[in-house]
Amino acid sequence: MPVITYREALNQAMDEEMARDDRVFLLGEEVAEYNGAYKVSKGLLDKYGPHRVLDTPITELGFTGLAVGAALAGLKPIVEWMTMNFGILALDQVINNAAKLRHMSGGQLAVPMVIRGPNGPAEYLSSQHSQSLAATFAHLPGIKVVAPATPYDAKGLLKSAIRDGNPVVVLEGEMIYGHTGEVPEGEYLIPIGKADIKRVGKDVTLISFGKPVLMLLQAAEVLAAQGIEAEVLDLRSIRPLDTEAIYASVRKTNRAVVVDEDWPIASVGSHIQALIAVNCFDDLDAPVEFVSCEDVPMPYNHHLELAVQPSINKIVAAVRRASYL
Amino acid sequence: MIESKTVDLKKYGKPLLETMLHDMLQIRRFEEKAGQMYGLKKINGFCHLYNGQEAVAIGSIRALDLGRDYVLTGYRDHGHALACGMDPKTIMAELYGKATGSSRGKGGSMHLFDAKRHMLGGNGIVGAQIPIATGLAFASAYNFKLGKTPDMGVTLCYFGDGAIHQGAFHESLNLAKLWQLPVVYIVENNAFGMGTAVRRASAVVDFDVKAKSYNIEGRIVDGMNVLEVYDAVRDVVADARKTGDPYLLDIKTYRYRGHSMSDPAKYRSKEELEQFKLLDPITFLKDAMIAAKLLTEEAYAALDERLKQQALDAVEFAEQSPEPGLETIYEDIMVENEEYANAGHHLS
Repeated sequence: MPVITYREALNQAMDEEMARDDRVFLLGEEVAEYNGAYKVSKGLLDKYGPHRVLDTPITELGFTGLAVGAALAGLKPIVEWMTMNFGILALDQVINNAAKLRHMSGGQLAVPMVIRGPNGPAEYLSSQHSQSLAATFAHLPGIKVVAPATPYDAKGLLKSAIRDGNPVVVLEGEMIYGHTGEVPEGEYLIPIGKADIKRVGKDVTLISFGKPVLMLLQAAEVLAAQGIEAEVLDLRSIRPLDTEAIYASVRKTNRAVVVDEDWPIASVGSHIQALIAVNCFDDLDAPVEFVSCEDVPMPYNHHLELAVQPSINKIVAAVRRASYL
Repeated sequence: MIESKTVDLKKYGKPLLETMLHDMLQIRRFEEKAGQMYGLKKINGFCHLYNGQEAVAIGSIRALDLGRDYVLTGYRDHGHALACGMDPKTIMAELYGKATGSSRGKGGSMHLFDAKRHMLGGNGIVGAQIPIATGLAFASAYNFKLGKTPDMGVTLCYFGDGAIHQGAFHESLNLAKLWQLPVVYIVENNAFGMGTAVRRASAVVDFDVKAKSYNIEGRIVDGMNVLEVYDAVRDVVADARKTGDPYLLDIKTYRYRGHSMSDPAKYRSKEELEQFKLLDPITFLKDAMIAAKLLTEEAYAALDERLKQQALDAVEFAEQSPEPGLETIYEDIMVENEEYANAGHHLS
């Protein structure tokens, strides 16, 4: 099976869907002639031309709203936000229009669009460029939100997102665009709303989505050396959320550690922690542990920024607490 | 202050003039009834009436082909909805929040939609419809470039003088010109952004100059004269359909009522309001048609009776309609993908 990078997997997904459906087009800052700030759109301008791969001015609100209108008319826009941080400028169009036009029109309209771009802490970027906005999107009825952790998931989830009849936000990981993994040639889709067990275990369930899933897998190795078999549950999608998969795993292991690179308060992670506590109360052998970013803006200093984020050590320590070790 | 004008009616033809008179008066009588029902607490929440501005929606939308063109506006949307041909009954029922309303009681006064008639809202955030309208124009241009349509649909995007300072307006005009998108931006310049007079909110009072900085043509239009609105919009729509050139029209109008039903409009004088009422767009067209012997007082009175009855019928329909069932709370939010795949292109 071919081994490709996360960015190549995303590129393949867009390429295949643009070839399959001429209603699909890509717009965003530097996506065309520059081939993408993170090179995710490399080669698409040459292949599909300037009508379907459009460099935008730096106007996130304007071009995101434009995509909402194009989607209403039946096109299938893919909006690339250079980073989710810049997309904050466009949130009115996401929260008040993309997510609500179907509802406010009594089901007359649909907004089949994708918004994608890197989310989450990066490196050496200080506070405005290094943060997770997952909770902001997960909060909104009317949209779907996915967060692929591997090249395989990135391709399958993005293809599903492009075909979806709803607005779908795809949270990518700036730090993992260069990560490699096996991706089969040819067509496959990953359904939105289904979690994936990335490692089978019996002693504790580790739960996350997006980039931190990779940290869970590393932590599981460390735990295995300590005699603890951790199950790693990758949510893949945070709206809709596969609660059945979460509960099934926790009912098997009786212990859970939720990891989220977002801030702790009102986060996806804290929501899942609460869901498990309520719905698996009788199955739990210990309180549900939660490892998040510290409740502070991201500092620039590397030593400090690493201390702020979840780490393998923090996850291992949380597992040991949940195991009364 | 807009000057009263005389007008040559011959070139329009009687049927179009009758239609425009009918349509403006329909809005006026509908809005009066909506205002009454609001006073009786049958309609709640925010309700922004269109009285005085009728010539803007009717003059412009009558210049469209709603089979391929689109209409988007802000929250003062009853007039545009009626102008697009939406049934007064389903609009009134929506104002009442009833199950028979155009949005099944999910939208209310500010969110009137009719996908079939290409009336796409009804937006409650000041200026937020402007990028969306630009996107509909993008779709028209996109499909044309791909050879899917013989020419371009044109999108009319309405907003108030209060919205023109939003970033959404400026970002959209830049994109529209950059990508040659067939959209006509219409400032319904009623001289007030809620309670703030335009001169207190804007460094300039004529907005055609805003177009110039985006290399777009801007024009000033008398919004109390439905024929001048019609001529201006027909002209720019015909050009935009061919060239993809966007336009900005600053249409000067006046609202007779407060910003919304809760606004007593104490920020302006009675005299100012009365001055504008002398320029009433309905009276203007009616008088011109009578002078040209295209209308009689009797025929006008009969039309007025009919439209008052139509507004009453709409109220009766809304009164008799059921409340939406609680089971509908979770409906109309997500598209089922199977349904979406089968429906294909959902706007005709």
